[in-house]
Amino acid sequence: MAVLRTAEPGAPRPSRAAGAASGGSPTPARNRAGRRSGSLTGWMFVLPFLVVYALFLVWPTVSGLWMSFFNVSLSGSAGEFVALDNWIELFGDPAVWSSLWHTVQFTIISTPLLVGVGLGMALLTNRAMPARWLWRLAFFGPFVLPVTTVTLIFVWLFQPGFGLADTILGWFGIEGIGWLSDPRFAMWSIVLATLWWTVGFNYLLYLAALQSIPEHLYEAAAIDGASRWRQLWSITIPMLNRTTGLIVVLQLLASLKVFDQIYLMTSGGPNYATRPIIQYIYDAGFTNYRIGYASAISYFFFALIILVSVAQFRFTSRQEGKK
Amino acid sequence: MTTLTPGAARTTAGYPDAPTSRRPVGERVWNIVGLLVTAFVAFLWLLPLLWAADTSLKSEGETTQLPLRWIPESGFTLDAYRAIIEQGDLLRWFANSTVIAVAVTVLTLAIVALAAYGFSRTDFRGKGLVYAIVIAGLMVPPQVLIVPLFQEMTAFGLLDTYWAVILPQLAAPSMVYILKRFFDSIPPELEEAARMDGAGPLTIFLRIVLPLSRSVLVAVGIFTFIGAWNNFLWPFIATTNPDLMTIPVGLANVSSGYGLMYARIMASAVLGGLPLLILFVIFQRQIVRGVAHTGLGGT
Repeated sequence: MAVLRTAEPGAPRPSRAAGAASGGSPTPARNRAGRRSGSLTGWMFVLPFLVVYALFLVWPTVSGLWMSFFNVSLSGSAGEFVALDNWIELFGDPAVWSSLWHTVQFTIISTPLLVGVGLGMALLTNRAMPARWLWRLAFFGPFVLPVTTVTLIFVWLFQPGFGLADTILGWFGIEGIGWLSDPRFAMWSIVLATLWWTVGFNYLLYLAALQSIPEHLYEAAAIDGASRWRQLWSITIPMLNRTTGLIVVLQLLASLKVFDQIYLMTSGGPNYATRPIIQYIYDAGFTNYRIGYASAISYFFFALIILVSVAQFRFTSRQEGKK
Repeated sequence: MTTLTPGAARTTAGYPDAPTSRRPVGERVWNIVGLLVTAFVAFLWLLPLLWAADTSLKSEGETTQLPLRWIPESGFTLDAYRAIIEQGDLLRWFANSTVIAVAVTVLTLAIVALAAYGFSRTDFRGKGLVYAIVIAGLMVPPQVLIVPLFQEMTAFGLLDTYWAVILPQLAAPSMVYILKRFFDSIPPELEEAARMDGAGPLTIFLRIVLPLSRSVLVAVGIFTFIGAWNNFLWPFIATTNPDLMTIPVGLANVSSGYGLMYARIMASAVLGGLPLLILFVIFQRQIVRGVAHTGLGGT
């Protein structure tokens, strides 16, 4: 689940771009009501959630770190303490670096596409147009589908020879390509399926942001004789800056966690050419039964995610400071 | 992808006093071009779904015939649907997904709304620290938890039960964050009056705050439901018994199970996606508003 910190309804502007999580957001309301209720009442409200949260989020987070210092097998026996062995091993493990590279590769290819196409779709439909529900259904609909429906359909489209994708290439005189079986194309094919599946979310965020740009800016520009193209570059795109920043960050964080569609479409193949880091964690833990090692890689990856978040947070704060 | 149409961003509808000399003609041209481009992109985006539905309505022999035909020679048939429904697995996965997604949604809404209210309107010692810990949970990628969660579930003896799938999905800090922000924005005067009349915090929460929050609760509920229904990795790991599989996990086995029977595979894919597409059509407005205002969702 990704969370955008958008401002109050009606003004869908990120108050502060997502990333490093910080404390609550004080509003005047919270300081007045409820002050008098006793301490016990407060605990009663939050307790059910805290129990679940502690058991299924905090504890696994802590125990995973703990396990990374042991040689635990999947059978659950305690295993021996190996100190930093797992950690040292992972830095010398080429599979860690290659799967990390595939994750980064996927992120680098998919992020600009998912942001750009989402913006393009929002620009296209952000005006008085007939059948708005149809465009929304077409662009956002795929987002609600289960990942397996998406991958079954795309594996079928990408079938060598009699697949629809090859047929369309044929119209342009291009021989069929090994969409999922050729290491040169497999990652791109996965990105294509991902774009189709998830761009709708960015599309809706952009659409909401576009609708909050004040109309009078365009009126003024039109009176000054600014062309449509000019208005797009001088008003629309700059006004969307914060939304774009937010979408890029969310997309980066989402893309870094890629696993499901790759696992289902290529299982990381051909010849591990598309295996992402999450799948290596899965393989280490559930195929090779090395829970401790899988935990160490998880934490290595977790640290990278935090690094990206912190870097982004620093960057945004500096940007905001400039204004 | 298609190039952006310059000027597609706005119509003149909003500013009638724009220079009128040449605008109307140019405007109409832009509108038509914009509409055509939009229709083309929309068609591209619907194409995979249309092709899947089309394939599912063919006889197995005709799915792989070349050249491709949208309308098969022997006409459309429902054989593939009949076959997978008779086989029965899909219906069981439907039932499992429904039970799990409904349970996750109801339980999440209940405990998350209580907690968010507690953080928003009550005071207790350590609240700041506890809330900070909850917010820190936003940073933890759920995929990192699969290994320790699997061990934990083994220890609890919950593997291959509904609970193993349901429980971890309830720990949703993002939902607490969203609801707390919403509760913060409700004017406290409304609760003040009820408190004067002697209502306790729980009564105020149930009678006043929840009804005021219906729209945001619906949005959170829909997204929790979609997330739970579509979740793949965790249910895939937590269940090995085919009787307990959810739609996404069950469908993952379909392609191997059906071999090269593409009509059946596509019929399964279509049926697996249909409930959520219907849900989307019904709740379109709430979903759109939910994304726009709270920005929740996931990949």
